[in-house]
Amino acid sequence: MTDEARPLDLDKDGGRSGLARFFGEIDMAAVAPFIALAALFLLGALLNPNFLTTNNLMNVLTRSSFIAIIAVGATFVISAGGLDLSVGSSAALVAGIMILFLNGGGLDGGTLLIGAAMGVAILVGGLAGLANGAVTVLGRIEPFIVTLGTMAIFRSVTTWLADGGSIAVKSPDVRGLLRPIYTGTVFGLPVPVLIMAVVGLVGAFILYRTAFGRHVIAVGSNEDVARYSGVHVGRVRALTYVIQGVCVAIAVIVYVPRLGAATATTGLLWELQAITAVVIGGTALRGGVGRIWGTICGAFMLEVVGNIMVLSSLVSEYLIGAVQGVIIVIAMLVQKSLMRRS
Amino acid sequence: MDEPLIHHGGAPPGASPPVLAARGVAKAFGPVEVLTDVGLALAAGEVHAVIGENGAGKSTLMKLISGHLAPTRGAIEIDGEAVHFAGPVDAESRGIVLVHQEILLAPHLTVAQNIFLGRELKRGLMVDDRAMNAQAAAALRQLGVDIDPRALVSRLSIARRQLVQIARALAVPHRVVIFDEPTASLTPIETEALLKVIRALKARGVAILYISHRLPEVAAIADRITVLRDGRLIATRDADTLSPVEMARLMVGRDMAQLYPQRSEAPPGAIALEVRDLSVPGFAADISFTLRKGEILGFAGLIGAGRTELIEGVTGLRPAHGAVSVEGRPIRLGSVRESMQAGIVYLSEDRKGKGLLLGQNLRVNLTLAALRRFLRHGFIDRQAEERELDAAIGAFDIRARRKEMLAGQLSGGNQQKLLLAKMMLLAPEIVIIDEPTRGIDIGTKQQIYRFIAKLAAEGKAVIVISSEMQELIGICHRILVMRAGRLVGEVAGEAMTEDEIVVHATGVSAMAGDASMRAAQP
Repeated sequence: MTDEARPLDLDKDGGRSGLARFFGEIDMAAVAPFIALAALFLLGALLNPNFLTTNNLMNVLTRSSFIAIIAVGATFVISAGGLDLSVGSSAALVAGIMILFLNGGGLDGGTLLIGAAMGVAILVGGLAGLANGAVTVLGRIEPFIVTLGTMAIFRSVTTWLADGGSIAVKSPDVRGLLRPIYTGTVFGLPVPVLIMAVVGLVGAFILYRTAFGRHVIAVGSNEDVARYSGVHVGRVRALTYVIQGVCVAIAVIVYVPRLGAATATTGLLWELQAITAVVIGGTALRGGVGRIWGTICGAFMLEVVGNIMVLSSLVSEYLIGAVQGVIIVIAMLVQKSLMRRS
Repeated sequence: MDEPLIHHGGAPPGASPPVLAARGVAKAFGPVEVLTDVGLALAAGEVHAVIGENGAGKSTLMKLISGHLAPTRGAIEIDGEAVHFAGPVDAESRGIVLVHQEILLAPHLTVAQNIFLGRELKRGLMVDDRAMNAQAAAALRQLGVDIDPRALVSRLSIARRQLVQIARALAVPHRVVIFDEPTASLTPIETEALLKVIRALKARGVAILYISHRLPEVAAIADRITVLRDGRLIATRDADTLSPVEMARLMVGRDMAQLYPQRSEAPPGAIALEVRDLSVPGFAADISFTLRKGEILGFAGLIGAGRTELIEGVTGLRPAHGAVSVEGRPIRLGSVRESMQAGIVYLSEDRKGKGLLLGQNLRVNLTLAALRRFLRHGFIDRQAEERELDAAIGAFDIRARRKEMLAGQLSGGNQQKLLLAKMMLLAPEIVIIDEPTRGIDIGTKQQIYRFIAKLAAEGKAVIVISSEMQELIGICHRILVMRAGRLVGEVAGEAMTEDEIVVHATGVSAMAGDASMRAAQP
């Protein structure tokens, strides 16, 4: 029994002042991550004058790009009410297979080989995502359990492929060709940052402007309502995992040139960082709300925190994980209180 | 309201102060006053009904009385003394008990464990299950219901869960019991059983505050009736001086003589939907029926008779086998989309759980099923969506405070209108509405009946599933009755009476409270 059953004029707003009305219409949950980022910038600038230099910030942005790209995929999975714990392991697997493909030579070892290896990476990533999606949807199993299983499988297969050690790019020529993907710049912007921006743009477009994106939100809000509205719930859900897999592959394509090798510990705990970025970016863990730009902001924040800790020596950098953990808990508390207010 | 406490309910007249009274209570949320100077006095052994449309202030009044809210003005009195409740627990300790509208039980615990949840009987450190089972059995017997205290709540029908909930509420010492729409999800026979329980309470001298939308039932149980409208007290009258029609008129503030629209007597059109030998495993077997254009076909039956499940089988929401054809063309079963494309839409009885995305705004809800219509070059055209929302708000009289509000913030009636608007965007030829007016105030009911009649007049074929027999009789051309998963009867024309439907629905020819209560179990 609610109290709004009276006819109310849509143009009036119950005598609230213009300013209150203006702020009332801003979605605080959407803006909060950016306010937090601004606060971090302020803190960083106060602690160390070198923090706010273009050089430093570009560096931080570049390093945050892997997690940001993966987290864009995670935004789809989580908005649809799912969860993918396997991203770190599948990153290692994709990296391993991509490097093995590069080491296999062929295609004259030139740019064509690099291009083909990227294609292989995307294919493997997409298939890994499809496996998660298919088992979750067809088997009607909790995604937490399914991806916990595939997390172990992907990680273990990578270790096996590496024979317990590491898989490194052998040919120095290939390494040379790969390097610009991480170190290069276009119009002064590092390539990883550009790729991250493109992934963000495409992701935002898909989530906000396409029927599929709307269906993702609907499925995450209430699966039954989506089904009763004629939405192919299973297909939508499975596709979010495929998107996640492709995003992992793109992140790997940027990552492999950085280290030139994959080991059993590649991508360790990336799933935690990706989920953290998504959640502090304002996406609801229970589904139904997805914020792509918030996610990218969240990934950036995680790296900024680390950077400030290194630059300031206020807290030992060994405690980065602890500080990030505190941030996710605080972010959840803020989200909750914002939700209660609305 | 200083009315003399005269009533025909058997309690001693006027000498002692009322058990519970509200004196000029008002409640404001911010600048908005939702309840203004309402007075109400409740005597022992009295059933006092509070009626009003959604938003009339019934809930607020009830929350003030049960300690969930504190009044901004005025006072609550117990035995003539003003009291200030610290909270619902405080009110409960003074014997004021609220039976909630929603079922708030833990499904995987037993009946007895639920009844004693949070106040378990103990022997030393151990929970004393035997004592709790015995006391629960006694409490249920006192209510005149036969439920095994050791049964899991998840195994019980909704009606029986409601009774368990009542037993739980009554497990603490009580002088005043408040029922908030207790029959919203009950069939007439289950309602009758509940009313019996209330009469038993009344005979024990308990004062009862009864909130309901269902006017015939209010007329049957209440000694006095208080009508609220727009947060104000309109009247308090002896029940035998008020007919349901007058109640409705007082609630709405205008004449409600014609709740049901004129039934079109146009000759039936071509066959729109044909269902042959359809079975929904576990719920319905060998069902065949036809539906014509311009026809309103009702489905009556007890809860659990399989009506909803049958229709979910027809519309591809549940696995089913048999044959369904639309205008002579067979459609594939098991695909919601295909059934929608064939022109069938189904509006679920569970508006909040299956109809609308409560956490999303009106626009997203409106266009979800027909999103394709709003794509331009593959992308959603938000302006087109906004225009459609404006049109729907006008056409369906959706009363929304703000266009950006969430569907969950709308009242039940406005949610139903939004759901109608959403499904009508699919331009259906066959419209199936499950419990179209459940939990909806009478003014909105009338609007929805008119809308259904208009659909039929436009040549659409309509199916209405309802547990309110009056509603089916009022709007349908023909009514099919289901019992235990089978189609057991068809009534039309003069034969459309409650008695006739009940005979088919229960398989027994008299409304024998307890016997039919057992028959209502799945």
